[in-house]
Amino acid sequence: MDGRTPNAPETRETVFRARGLTKIYDMGEVKVHALRGADLDLFEGELIVLLGPSGSGKSTLLNILGGLDVPSAGTVHYREMDLTKATEKELTSFRRRNVGFIFQFYNLIPSLTAVENVAVVTDIAEKPMRPEDALDLVGLSDRKDHFPAQLSGGEQQRVSIARAIAKNPAVLLCDEPTGALDSATGIVVLEALERVNRELGTATAVITHNADIAGMADRVVHLRSGLIAEIERNERRKSPRDLHW
Amino acid sequence: MLDRKLLRDLVGLKGQAMAIAMVIVSGVATLVMSVSTLDSLRRTQEIYYRDYRFADVFASLKRAPEALRSRILEIPGVDAVETRVVAAASLDIPDFPDPVRAQLVSLPDEGAPRLNGLFLRKGRMVDPRRGDEVVVSEPFAEAHEFAPGDSFAAVVNGKRKSLTIVGIGLSPEHIYEIGPGALFPDNKRFGILWMARAQLAAANNMEGAFNDVSLALSSEASLPDTIERLDAILAPHGGLGAYGRKDQVSHRYLFEEFRQLGTLAAIFPAIFLGVAAFLLNVFLGRLVGTQREQIAILKAFGYANRDIGLHYAKLVVVIALAGTAGGVAAGIWLGKGLGRIYMDYYRFPFLEYVLKPEDAALACLVSVVAALIGALQAVRRAALLPPAEAMRPEPPERYRETVIERLGLKRLLSQPARMIARHIGRRPVKSLLTVIGIALACAILMVGRFQEGAIDFMVDVEFRDSRREDLAVAFVEPASRAAIHELQGIEGVEYAEPYRTVAVRLRHGHKTYRTSLRGIEPDARLYRLLDTDLRPIEMPPEGMLLTDQLGEILGVRPGDMVTVEALEGRRPVRETVVAALTKQYVGVSAYMGLSPLNRLMGEGEAISGAYLFTDKRYLPDIYRKLKEMPRVAGTAIRENEIRSFYDTLAESLLVFTFINTMLAGTIAFGVVYNSARIALSERSRELASLRVLGYTRGEISYILLGELGVLTLASVPLGFLVGRGLCGYIANKLGSDLYRVPLVMEPGTYGFAAAVVLVSSCVSGLVVRRRLDRLDLVAVLKTRE
Repeated sequence: MDGRTPNAPETRETVFRARGLTKIYDMGEVKVHALRGADLDLFEGELIVLLGPSGSGKSTLLNILGGLDVPSAGTVHYREMDLTKATEKELTSFRRRNVGFIFQFYNLIPSLTAVENVAVVTDIAEKPMRPEDALDLVGLSDRKDHFPAQLSGGEQQRVSIARAIAKNPAVLLCDEPTGALDSATGIVVLEALERVNRELGTATAVITHNADIAGMADRVVHLRSGLIAEIERNERRKSPRDLHW
Repeated sequence: MLDRKLLRDLVGLKGQAMAIAMVIVSGVATLVMSVSTLDSLRRTQEIYYRDYRFADVFASLKRAPEALRSRILEIPGVDAVETRVVAAASLDIPDFPDPVRAQLVSLPDEGAPRLNGLFLRKGRMVDPRRGDEVVVSEPFAEAHEFAPGDSFAAVVNGKRKSLTIVGIGLSPEHIYEIGPGALFPDNKRFGILWMARAQLAAANNMEGAFNDVSLALSSEASLPDTIERLDAILAPHGGLGAYGRKDQVSHRYLFEEFRQLGTLAAIFPAIFLGVAAFLLNVFLGRLVGTQREQIAILKAFGYANRDIGLHYAKLVVVIALAGTAGGVAAGIWLGKGLGRIYMDYYRFPFLEYVLKPEDAALACLVSVVAALIGALQAVRRAALLPPAEAMRPEPPERYRETVIERLGLKRLLSQPARMIARHIGRRPVKSLLTVIGIALACAILMVGRFQEGAIDFMVDVEFRDSRREDLAVAFVEPASRAAIHELQGIEGVEYAEPYRTVAVRLRHGHKTYRTSLRGIEPDARLYRLLDTDLRPIEMPPEGMLLTDQLGEILGVRPGDMVTVEALEGRRPVRETVVAALTKQYVGVSAYMGLSPLNRLMGEGEAISGAYLFTDKRYLPDIYRKLKEMPRVAGTAIRENEIRSFYDTLAESLLVFTFINTMLAGTIAFGVVYNSARIALSERSRELASLRVLGYTRGEISYILLGELGVLTLASVPLGFLVGRGLCGYIANKLGSDLYRVPLVMEPGTYGFAAAVVLVSSCVSGLVVRRRLDRLDLVAVLKTRE
């Protein structure tokens, strides 16, 4: 529960264990190697940032971890579950129970209010928090009855964070969560993410091509051309407030 | 280059484009089918009438010397006169025990008839020296599988003789071959026989005389004047009142049929093309929405507004033309099929199937114009989109809470249910139009089924509630009341009820109507009259009853006085009070007590025939005995009338219902499928997001298809309402003096329509569901709306 101490994370339980992940997209005449044998572990309560230029395979890696895609070769385990052998149905239920997603473009349901967008997930979750509490956690209690069209981009992304955490997931997967936001708004969103990770201890993986965000992570995973080039451990996590870009 | 984009767009959207094209196919097909059938029938009729010299005026009389012919020819405007001998006969056909009636019509001893020529399908004309040779009408010959050389026995004027078929023919007078007083053709039990004039005259004591005359008029002749003059000439000879083509039975049926076909040619295509226009509107609106960026880029490259507008208009025209081409082909196919069905009822020597090029062009024009009207708004929007604005994505859709939620029912709705409700509520007009589209499909289905139910009801009222006899016997001429005892004496006849019919002209003010006045016993049990609520009413001791239709034609109500001009006997003219109106779906008649009618005629106790109630076991014997009675001209068997009616009708009804079901299914499928596809393209992003969040395929299908389910369910009651209205309109349009179609809606009609609509919706739902299963979850995460 203390995401602040980066010591001996290996003693903590492994949430994801990926080994030799390879993903080849068959684009007709050309084959695209998105991943070429990546190994990665994600531990409980930890916040990692996946950093890399576009095409480096970070989104593919995240999609495979989230059960949205299956690797062409290699294995990936979520705790005891082998995701590479799971059926479509099992993957759906895996996402439903364990994964919170945060997308670059928020992907809120335009016809539902903020609180209802959160309720969409809590309705089908096993031990969810109250949607109002989730919104409270991202500081949006007073905007809960607004429709997405009535919220700013940063607010929409915070609703999407609330939606992701409301089911009490084991892991939060964030794909460029600040990609569509200006820096000030982005920082507010990252603060919300950081707070969730710190207070709830949810393992969090954030994809970004913005190196400045790396400072808030326990570990920074550098990807290049489908391979994990380097894993960096931050001795001290920076507060998002101290980030600049 | 833009044209290549157009082709690729079409390929990409082939499902929706095809669904819309199918609706256009349906509209054009019904239009081409009705119009071409109508044209074909009209042209065939015109050629047939002209080549076979169909007369303009017809009259029957008791007996007049042939010399009268020259006086008739002197009537101004009369071009040709044909006198004939016409007689009733009862036939005895081997291996067919039922009574068969025939009308014997004379053929001139020399040359062809001047009017109402005979088309010879097989064999030869009769030899004027042979009294045993006849040409028989084709439908009758077909019903009995007669061929030249076959023979049967006939009782003509009380004398039995054997007749041999030498030819099989058709006449423009009997395109619709129906027995006197019958409601529907019964080709097994009624036929037309042509015989040499001298021979027929000899058998009926008509040598040097005639009892039937037809006239051809010049184009400037006045029909009412001619009829008046002819009536004056024929009156001393027992003339029954002359009439023009519009009262000639066969012509009349044909005329009504054309009118009905014309009505259908207008209604159905209008519905189909209206729905197609709506679908194109929605379809193109969405397409322009998704292609905003492309439009912007094209404009940035310097394409003019007109080019962009034209591009999308072309897309619509291509779909409309494809639909029209398919529709014309389907329409020709259906039209030929319909023509064959009509040939079962309406006997032409040939049916020249014609599709006028201008009709095909009209169909094409109508569908393209309808399509363009539908697409206009979207095309305009595409053309007028400023490039800079178009580069940006469409502004996010604004949603609101729906009325239901604001009423405090929000708690009852789950999040997916709220999404459904708000999505419907966001574009109420589009949702409403979708509902209307599906409702129209439902309505069309009801029209198909309603006719069946209405006919059942008509037959029930006519043959079960009103007429309850087993047999109706008609005498050659009015007989004394004592004749009833002769009938009652036949073993197996349990009860006989006399009736009298008199040809009359009814007059009220300047309105007249020629019909038969039927006298029945006040306590009649076999022939009951029904009031306007279909309850039996007693024959009043005085005055007469008119069918409600006749009351309308003459503009009279109970209590009004009507002038009755008898057209037979001493031709008395009397003022008579209308005692009440009766309900009758078939024909237009007037009724009176038997005794009051006889007093009016001043003829003593005369009867024209009787209704018999029998012990079924004796029927063959009864038929035989009746055939032997010289005074019996014919016998009608109620059950046979019903059966033969259904036999002829069943096939065509089946075909009509089938066509209707197919077409309406197309609409339902087209509307639901298009709505579903558009909803899918509009919402694939949010549905994919939900899948990522852990919603199952079934759960997201519920959100997408639930909306269509709600719209479909909402459309069914509206469809019932519209369908009832449409049936009422059509029943009203189909109604004529010949028959009125009651607006009877059976539960089965509603059930059938709803079932087809729901099944079509489910099928299109399943098609879309398959696409939902293939939703690309990864792609949506990376794209902006």
